[in-house]
Amino acid sequence: MTATTTKVTLAAVHVGDALPELAYPVTATTIVLGALAARDWRPMHHDYDFAVNRNGTKDIFMNTPNQAAWFERFLTDWSGPTGRLGRMKFRMKGSVFPGDTMVLAGTVEQVETDETGCGWATVLVRLTVDGELMTDCTARIALPTTDDDNPWTRRGDQWRP
Amino acid sequence: MSDLPPEVEKLIDQVQYEEAGEFPVERGYVYTSCSSVENGNPLFWDDAVAHDLTGGPIAPPTMISVWFRPHQWSPGRIEPGVPLKSHFDLKEIFDLPEAVMTDNTIVFHEPVRPGDRLRTRQILRSVSGPKTTKLGTGRFWVIEVEYLNQKDELVGVESYTGFGYRRGEA
Repeated sequence: MTATTTKVTLAAVHVGDALPELAYPVTATTIVLGALAARDWRPMHHDYDFAVNRNGTKDIFMNTPNQAAWFERFLTDWSGPTGRLGRMKFRMKGSVFPGDTMVLAGTVEQVETDETGCGWATVLVRLTVDGELMTDCTARIALPTTDDDNPWTRRGDQWRP
Repeated sequence: MSDLPPEVEKLIDQVQYEEAGEFPVERGYVYTSCSSVENGNPLFWDDAVAHDLTGGPIAPPTMISVWFRPHQWSPGRIEPGVPLKSHFDLKEIFDLPEAVMTDNTIVFHEPVRPGDRLRTRQILRSVSGPKTTKLGTGRFWVIEVEYLNQKDELVGVESYTGFGYRRGEA
């Protein structure tokens, strides 16, 4: 494998572009693996009884850092490894439970080049279950402006996420 | 006029809980995290790609909070370790037994690399008045967490909105 793996450059990205959709069947293992990978030992992410009887939710549910990891994976599946996340903001309106099929869909909302010459795409990502919005995420991801550009080389004042 | 108790009022915008991660950033967790979301980004699996693009292996940026979550148990620890202590302090102060996170903003700066020792500090930014949602009645609060590496470089800033609540009052 080389760095020439999928590489989206800024010129190829336009407002309104849709990212390839990701549908994933969530199991209890998905939730527990995600929580433990994030070192999140809180019981609502692995203990059904605690989630239902203490938290008042219908089951254990996906934790915040694991949702962030899913969003990152979704975005860089599209951008390739040269895509560099600058900022991510998400709001959880509902929870993701075992048995859900979560669907991540994204649309490019803004394309810009900042004062330093860094190229940015702002992507709105929606995580839905059965068509209902569970989390929306706005991500700002740096993309190469040319075939030779690499956002990962930016440091200090040249990186303005 | 704020309805916040003085002990909370005085915490707003103050740096709390400056602490170091309990272990250096390591690749085992990187692989486990990538595996948990089936992230095949070669930056995290192929050292040649990591060398070409980032000057060597890095951790996925969204793993930033992983590195400061304490062990559930370690020698001498009496209570289970919890991250984001400011959040648990507020639950206790307001006597709100349950809590969920509703919003999360992360700004990524310097890449995090295996071997890094991260330090964090927490800053309580705001606490709402009483609110009722479908979960119960409680308060929202915003806590910011700053992360620095061993060179004092900023690697990220994370902002959490939590809702502490008591069930059965909705």
